[in-house]
Amino acid sequence: MRDWNTKGRDRQARLEAGLRFATGKIVAAQDLVAFLEATLRPGDRVCLEGDNQKQADVLAKALAKVDPAKVNGLHMVQSGVVLPEHLDIFETGIARRLDFSYSGPQSARIARMMFGGQIELGAVHTYLELFARYFIDLTPQVALIAAVSADKDGNLYTGPNTEDTPTVVEATSFGKGLVIAQVGEIVDRVPRVDIPADQVHFVVDAGRPFYVEPLFTRDPAAITETQILTAMLAIKGLYAPYGVRRLNHGIGFNTAAIELLLPTYGERLGLKGKVCTHWALNPHPTLIPAIESGWVEQIHCFGSEVGMEDYMRARPDIFFTGPDGSLRSNRAFCQTAGLYACDMFIGSTLQIDLAGNSSTVTGGRVAGFGGAPNMGSDARGRRHPSAPWLRAGQEADPDGPPPLRRGRKLVVQIGETFGDGNAPMFVERLGALDLADKLDLDLAPVMVYGDDVTHIVTEEGIANLLLCRDKDEREQAIRGVAGYTEVGRARDRTMVDRLRERKVIQRPEDLGIDPLDADRGLLVAHSIKDLMIASGGLYRPPSRFRNW
Amino acid sequence: MENLRYELSTTKPAGGTRAVGLVGVVASGNLEVLLERGEAPDRCVIDIATPAHGFAALWQAVTADFAVRMAAGGLRITINDGGARPDTVALRLAQGVHLMEKPE
Amino acid sequence: MTSPSPTRHSWYEESARGRLAHLLDPGSFTEFLGPERREFSPHLGLFNLPHQLDDGIIVGTGRLDGRPVLVAAQEGRFMGGAIGEVHGAKLTGLLRAARQMKRDVVILFDTGGVRLQEANAGELAISEIIRATLDARAEGVRVVGLLGGRAGCYGGGSLIAGCCSALVISEQGRLSVSGPEVIETNKGVEEFDSRDRALVWRTMGGKHRYLIGGVDLFVDDDVAAFRAGAVAALERPATLDQAVLTAEQARLERRLARFGDAADGTEVWARLGVAHPAGVPDLDTSAFLTIATRKREGADAAR
Repeated sequence: MRDWNTKGRDRQARLEAGLRFATGKIVAAQDLVAFLEATLRPGDRVCLEGDNQKQADVLAKALAKVDPAKVNGLHMVQSGVVLPEHLDIFETGIARRLDFSYSGPQSARIARMMFGGQIELGAVHTYLELFARYFIDLTPQVALIAAVSADKDGNLYTGPNTEDTPTVVEATSFGKGLVIAQVGEIVDRVPRVDIPADQVHFVVDAGRPFYVEPLFTRDPAAITETQILTAMLAIKGLYAPYGVRRLNHGIGFNTAAIELLLPTYGERLGLKGKVCTHWALNPHPTLIPAIESGWVEQIHCFGSEVGMEDYMRARPDIFFTGPDGSLRSNRAFCQTAGLYACDMFIGSTLQIDLAGNSSTVTGGRVAGFGGAPNMGSDARGRRHPSAPWLRAGQEADPDGPPPLRRGRKLVVQIGETFGDGNAPMFVERLGALDLADKLDLDLAPVMVYGDDVTHIVTEEGIANLLLCRDKDEREQAIRGVAGYTEVGRARDRTMVDRLRERKVIQRPEDLGIDPLDADRGLLVAHSIKDLMIASGGLYRPPSRFRNW
Repeated sequence: MENLRYELSTTKPAGGTRAVGLVGVVASGNLEVLLERGEAPDRCVIDIATPAHGFAALWQAVTADFAVRMAAGGLRITINDGGARPDTVALRLAQGVHLMEKPE
Repeated sequence: MTSPSPTRHSWYEESARGRLAHLLDPGSFTEFLGPERREFSPHLGLFNLPHQLDDGIIVGTGRLDGRPVLVAAQEGRFMGGAIGEVHGAKLTGLLRAARQMKRDVVILFDTGGVRLQEANAGELAISEIIRATLDARAEGVRVVGLLGGRAGCYGGGSLIAGCCSALVISEQGRLSVSGPEVIETNKGVEEFDSRDRALVWRTMGGKHRYLIGGVDLFVDDDVAAFRAGAVAALERPATLDQAVLTAEQARLERRLARFGDAADGTEVWARLGVAHPAGVPDLDTSAFLTIATRKREGADAAR
């Protein structure tokens, strides 16, 4: 007769092996390596929690120290490859196969290790896509997660940086896997229960908080005039005419400039209350002045941001906070919100080709995707109407029957025609294709597909790709805002002029914007200090961003 | 350093009476533009010193557009470049012409 | 909403030319050796480095609240405001003129010190500037330094600042002989983590310098505040004689004995009797001045 509970028995065996190192559920930090050697098996599918923000760093360090003779060939299924240890385990053979989403700071090393064959790559995912696979074909057998504190029973408080934890625990625990948490401290009573104890099998007292990267802090002092110009174009040329109220901003100085222009330039255009009221967004410090001046009604967050904790606690109408007062973030829900309930995604990229495909893969770097491709894609399952969504759909298909016409999410790429190191943003061929060739991948790592992109904003103007009727128009619309890059200089000037007459391309002067007005004086805050002052002293910037 | 010179035909003479104008600073990704008068009203001469070699085609494209679009006739322009991007160059040139139009 | 005042205009963010325009009475400025004279560094081209037409310093004459002054402004964004041969010569010449004309000088510091590519000429220039400063001061000329630029005031620049008759600083201003990176390189990251910016400001920043009497006036990071500070600094006594120097030497010895073993600015402030030293960096200007006026170690007439 078939055994219907092999997974449950497997977990029971791991539990018993682990209990030798535990008092109740609590494992002492000095026993961590031996404990992992006892509970992990060669070839296990393991989720080591970490994304572009929070990291289960103590568990990562311990995993890198296990004996590869005992634990090897692990299949890592995790959001972020961020810490050196995340790759060290592939060098020592502890791990072999990798399915992941984001690898920002390790983008060069991970590429080298893929080229060298040390990493067997499953796929690079978006966050939401990887989470989905946790419930289908990549369910972890062991999850190594991070929380702020635990009580003796194993109830966890994850604090403002809840992020991926509920999703990882849900898949692992109910999928009969083992959940091991590092916590900063053991307390009598947790401030709120983010993860119930019966989903948590072991708790390690790390004695210090888990690592968090302040990834979403942009210093207003570093915003350039050109970035301000692109922000003015976006506000006047897109936010205003479409009336975009529900949106997500990617990370970057262009979007930070938009946030800092809302209370000045946006106010002057009479847009307050008409745009940017509801957000799927991390707590960007640059949004503080807009929040304080009443632009924003509600924000749901993927994660938190270092230094923003007290500010959010003091603005419970705006942020999702728990009974303890602190932020509750949730990456999976916020990604879903960004996909289905936002009318616009706007973000930067490193390369855009002539079809509008974009990628952040350049010169032997594999940075992964994070959440951008999910935000930056049209939700084909969406069914509820909204004015911007319907208008975009109408522009794409003016002759279709309105009741049967799909709307479109506005997917906007914004940037300067030349980026860091004077690298052109517009290219004939994406670096992602070279990478796919080199690694023999079936799919090149494209961040946002050209058929999802609706607009491209550069300092030269806005290209509305919804209004392009064929491939040639689309190519010339892109060339027409590509500035002095080779792609831009190779434009067909006659065709670009025609596209401009049809408002497929709009120049600053077509929108009544004088580039000489793109002055830093328009920014509502000029420095991190200004943001702190705007928050009434509630925002406490990390040391690296201070100049006081 | 690479030194480039462009002698351009212009469409409009520069406005204002200010003899000299300076915009920008020589810093990473930035440049200084000194504007003086003294050329024929249908002509603009631009001298460029840049540490980035091999970008003559870009400088030519940016300065040619500038001469067509802006009121630059009669100007003698000196650029010291700190590795600025073309959009920044175009912006500084426009700011320079604007400054020359303003009363001192 | 407690937003930054819309009328505030940051000194820190302004260019050297922009600072001068806001500091001086409108229309009163005349530049000596302006960019059109093309007196730039003859050395930088050898290193494939671009020159700037004014070599990163603007010198000239103008009026401050009606009072004629000579002024010099360093541009911190050009090579970190570093002092090379021409840059140094322009400042030396200005100070020599000040002595002859018996006219007060205002220097807008924004410098990392000597320019590495012309180090010998730069070091010589620092010595010449210091001599010219002291010569001018011996004739009763006031030399006021304003400290609030992006590059701070480091190296030889800090030595020149030390010879001024009065110094005005903002919170963003930094004044130190060795910069953060130099200390970390020579003494190790355990001694000084140059990336810990809060530490940099706790040990070299405007509030700390004001509290230990290293500068005379503390102002907001605002062009109008710096103008008012410069006017006030020009009213201060500027005697430079044996008695003043002896008093200053004694003060510095006391300071060393009192704070020499302190590891951080907060420790120094605690010893000065500041009740909540950790909170000092977050205080706004008026709250800070309320505490500082009572607790700071006085700079005496040596300044």
